[in-house]
Amino acid sequence: MASVLYSPRDPGLKKRDELEDMLEERRRSSDARHALRCYAPAVYKGLAPREVSALRGAVLQSDALQHVIGQVSAECGERRELVQEEAAHLLDEMAHRLRLGTVRFFAYVLSKVFKTLFRSVRVNEEGVQRLQQAIQDHPVVLLPSHRSYMDFLMMSYILYTYDLALPVIAAGMDFMSMKVVGEMLRMSGAFFIRRSFGGDKLYWAVFSEYVKTMLRTGYAPIEFFLEGTRSRTGKSLTPKTGLLNIVMEPFFKGEVFDIHLVPVSISYDRILEESLYARELLGVPKPKETTSGLLKARQILREDYGVMHVYFGHPVSVRSLAQGRVKRSQYNLVPRHIPQRPCLAAQALVGEAAFRLVRLQEQAMVLRPWTLVATLLLQNPDGMDLPVLEEQAAWLRRLALSFGAFLDWPDCKPCREVVGAGLALHKNLARVSGGRVRLAVAETPGVGQTAEELAFDRAVGVLSCASYRNQILHVFIRPALLSVALRTANSSRKDEVYTCFNFLWTVFSNEFILCPGASVQDFEEACYLLGKCCAVQESQQDIVMSEGGHATLAFLRALLDPFLQGYQVVCQYLCKETEENLRENKFVPAARNFALQLILAGVLTLCYEALSSDLQKNALAALVQLEAVTKVKVGDQVTLKVNRRAASSLEDMLGTF
Amino acid sequence: MASNTDISERQRIAARRLRVVAGHLQKCVQGEGAGVSAQACKTETPRSSPAKATSVPKRRQDIMKWNGWGYSDSRFLFNKKGQGEFTGKRYRLSGMILPSLKDWFEATFGTSLQHKTPATPTLNVSAVPPPNLVEPFVEELKVAGVAASHDPEGRVFRSHGHCLHEIFALREGRIGRVPDLVVWPNCHNDVVKIVELACKYNVCLMPYGGGTSVSSALECPLEETRSVVSLDTSQMNRILWIDEKNLTVHVEAGIIGQDLERQLNESGYCTGHEPDSMEFSSLGGWVATRASGMKKNIYGNIEDLVVHIKMVTPRGVIEKSCQGPRMSTGPDIHHFIMGSEGTLGVVTEVTMKIRPLPEYQKYGSIVFPNFQQGVSCLREVARQRCAPASIRLMDNEQFQFGHALKPQVSSIFTSFLDGLKKFYITKFKGFEPHHLCVATLLFEGDREKVLQHEKQVYDIAAKFGGLAAGEDNGQRGYMLTFVIAYLRDLGMDYYVIGESFETSVPWDRVLDLCRNVKERIVRECKERGVQFPPFSTCRVTQTYDAGACVYFYFAFNYRGLADPLHVYERVEHEAREEILANGGSLSHHHGVGKLRKEWMREAVSTVGLGMLQSVKEYVDPNNIFGNRNLL
Repeated sequence: MASVLYSPRDPGLKKRDELEDMLEERRRSSDARHALRCYAPAVYKGLAPREVSALRGAVLQSDALQHVIGQVSAECGERRELVQEEAAHLLDEMAHRLRLGTVRFFAYVLSKVFKTLFRSVRVNEEGVQRLQQAIQDHPVVLLPSHRSYMDFLMMSYILYTYDLALPVIAAGMDFMSMKVVGEMLRMSGAFFIRRSFGGDKLYWAVFSEYVKTMLRTGYAPIEFFLEGTRSRTGKSLTPKTGLLNIVMEPFFKGEVFDIHLVPVSISYDRILEESLYARELLGVPKPKETTSGLLKARQILREDYGVMHVYFGHPVSVRSLAQGRVKRSQYNLVPRHIPQRPCLAAQALVGEAAFRLVRLQEQAMVLRPWTLVATLLLQNPDGMDLPVLEEQAAWLRRLALSFGAFLDWPDCKPCREVVGAGLALHKNLARVSGGRVRLAVAETPGVGQTAEELAFDRAVGVLSCASYRNQILHVFIRPALLSVALRTANSSRKDEVYTCFNFLWTVFSNEFILCPGASVQDFEEACYLLGKCCAVQESQQDIVMSEGGHATLAFLRALLDPFLQGYQVVCQYLCKETEENLRENKFVPAARNFALQLILAGVLTLCYEALSSDLQKNALAALVQLEAVTKVKVGDQVTLKVNRRAASSLEDMLGTF
Repeated sequence: MASNTDISERQRIAARRLRVVAGHLQKCVQGEGAGVSAQACKTETPRSSPAKATSVPKRRQDIMKWNGWGYSDSRFLFNKKGQGEFTGKRYRLSGMILPSLKDWFEATFGTSLQHKTPATPTLNVSAVPPPNLVEPFVEELKVAGVAASHDPEGRVFRSHGHCLHEIFALREGRIGRVPDLVVWPNCHNDVVKIVELACKYNVCLMPYGGGTSVSSALECPLEETRSVVSLDTSQMNRILWIDEKNLTVHVEAGIIGQDLERQLNESGYCTGHEPDSMEFSSLGGWVATRASGMKKNIYGNIEDLVVHIKMVTPRGVIEKSCQGPRMSTGPDIHHFIMGSEGTLGVVTEVTMKIRPLPEYQKYGSIVFPNFQQGVSCLREVARQRCAPASIRLMDNEQFQFGHALKPQVSSIFTSFLDGLKKFYITKFKGFEPHHLCVATLLFEGDREKVLQHEKQVYDIAAKFGGLAAGEDNGQRGYMLTFVIAYLRDLGMDYYVIGESFETSVPWDRVLDLCRNVKERIVRECKERGVQFPPFSTCRVTQTYDAGACVYFYFAFNYRGLADPLHVYERVEHEAREEILANGGSLSHHHGVGKLRKEWMREAVSTVGLGMLQSVKEYVDPNNIFGNRNLL
């Protein structure tokens, strides 16, 4: 079942591969045979076979680790053997133990599970072929987007199915507490890293040497999540560069000829953790991963999760990224096993690469029509008549496509059918009654429900829905920032508009994936896109709304409304907060409570997103960046010092938009 | 005093004995054919020639190619049967049929013998620009009795070294800027006179030794508007004295390597300095480029061998006042001279260390399962400081290349033996034919010690999975060194262009550098539209305490390329960038010349470059030695 996902007539769109359903084959033939079939993937051409079994020894005896062990033992006065032992222990705690038997077991079970959960799992096979070639030519790093626990299971499953080398996956330590599953994951290629180990030199050394050894020897593709954790909001998270730094270093130091980074975009019709995420964002703590918890999740299996899309992007060569940017000869004067802080150019490169890769992930993320419907429903909290919704969705589809969205909405299908299918799949989020569609949120408190609980209930619905709207935000964000700037700027002169744009761009640089330092490019891109859809007219000096541009600009502005409002709430909170030494970990609950009070008092209507901890944290990060808040470390506590003047002027500024 | 005479008497006897031994050895070579002397690989000049005979005439073109490497009578060709053949009588390979060369050549480069790119057969004299002569300068030279000529052939011959682009242009009959005059000083005083006159008339001097430069050092700078005079040192080729008490020899710097060794051998001595170019390169050239010899493990590189240097500069003559073996008199002024690449003056006389000829020489070879194991072995040999006179490790491609040059075997038995060997190594020992690589060895010294040394090295090799693979393989490896340059000319007859380049690198980076540079070459060729994967290969040719010298060969088939030279130059450039990025040096022994000048600042820092510049400014303020190398 191939589907063309782009219209080749539009030259503005990138060429994208076709997607095939990989489950189709599984539905036709025996899963057991699939699990037991001959598995002989092509491996890295430079793979030194003897090192595969000796990985542990190679890491523990490596010059780099030995160097740090020596340092640590000198620093804390412990015997070298003890430190060595500790390193060995850390490595054993961390290391994967890939067993083909376990992989086969997973292949069998997951075949069953995936067939139940998903109608189809569509993969771009050309991407798989590119990956296969890349794995043979260079050490490969797989960088999937992270929206669900399913992500890495699915990745390994796909690679197994297509007879590709199985990756080793950096996973958070939290899985380890699930005794059996943790071990199973380990045997299917996961290795476990602690969430934070900033100061622990030895841990860092063991970990980075482990990863680099696997990479250098071409042992297996390394897989990790740039975003660091699952995004609860459906938006991509600001990338973490720690691991990316580690995997790029062997190239900088000349230990490998090149490294290929392969962005992988995984998107879901429905995310398994949907409402769980919304609750988490609202402060209901994340349940600890336990095996029994996972078993309880069995009921999940009974639901329909629609289609899953996996798109393997073009491999990005680290060598070509670094071409002319990083002088590798700077590593000539120090033995390579001695840790060296990368030069500024290398740091900048890694940071930029991380953003670029996340953007590549975003751009290749398959978007379902439902994301458009959810967007429209959120903008119309009072509900919409179905025909209006359909009409608007068709309009929005055209807009999204002209902005280059990877929208899975075939030309041939009638709008009614497409919107209907989305509504049916997400009946828990949107309700159709009497020809009118609206978000499925409670109107009146249930029996024994407090007003607070009702507000939270509603918030869960809104945030769940928003997680779908958020998936498509990356398509609209730049034009949206420009639309807001256009309205606020004092004149239509481009430089003034840009000043406004740049302000918003800076404020929201933690909220959306906006590559550092690229505000000018982003501005130009936004101008181009709005010009292309005839919403604005550009001249040498000016940029003005065109006659028919009103609807487009209004829609784009409305997209940013929840964020503008939410940020204002955070500013207000900080101005009103009387506590001098606000502890950082108290910030989110306090801000949430403040927003809740506003909602209950009716001051803040329809802005449930202000309750989201994600938004609050991003707003805080922006305030820190804008120096309205300073973080002060006292002991092991971080407290926030608020510059009230700056915070309130920021609030005023945001109010003008 | 009696004891003194005793000693000198004893030494005289010893020297005589050595001479006899040496004589035996040489006879062995001629008698056995498959002898063990290193000399066997190089040209064999008739022994009967008197010691004073020069092997380099003023008219070099009489015996040497004007547009290719080496002697006119020696060249590779594919005969009518399509078999490879090496003509002439000078080399061991001369007159032999090389049955596997064609297949290797076609398979490696994707060429066909149908597609030829023959060179322009003769030099078109009319294409040579007329000389720009400073008449009074020429007149005064004549008065001083210095030989000079502005014969076009001679000028063209001295307008180039052996970089690919230089030879490529000549084959196409393209002549660029050439010197306006060639002068042949006979002695130090002649040089003093020439330099004086050059200063007086503001003439640009370019010293010319053996003409084997591969750094564009001999190219006349295009921006040079003055009259350019090539100062050919070939006639200053006498051994002035041998000091047996101190084991030194004092030689005029124009002598070429093979003559120096041969003449010393006749007295029972050698310098042991054997760069690959020693058939043609000169002592002065070695000094000016910081040359390195194959057997440096025993004898040292040029900087270790030189005791005293005399150089004529525009400021006057520079030399030390004594021949003390080591001095603490500020920075060693020799190090301003060594590596100055003809930018400061002309080296006229050199005192060098000599050694008695070794009693015994033995080749050897070791097969390793892969390159990595081979490098580990060389590293261990270096760590234990037990490197033989020469130890070199060829990668798999070069090993196969070496095999392609195997002459026709004379008997079924030999080929059967070869088959058996191959079977043993690949099947019995499980070596992968496409991974295995070979180290070639040369031992020298007392027979007893050589055998002991040999055992030590083979024992180390065994620890790294190395198998002794016989003397013959070893010897063939060294032979390759001397014929490789001839092979490039063959390639150029069939759309194949190539070059070698070298670097030195710390031990821990050897493997990474080799892999990355080879891969970079392949990648760049592909990106620049080269149709067939290039031949990209390397060998580790020297070991040091702290690193190794790595030598690369790189060649490709340029059919279908609009501007092959440009592609070639870009690829070489990128390869050098890759070397530098991987911790390699700008050059181990080829020098900088004009080819690698752009990286000098990076290589020695701005201050370092400034130091060198200020020396140049003091010594030669008017840039009389204007070849514009190095700085």
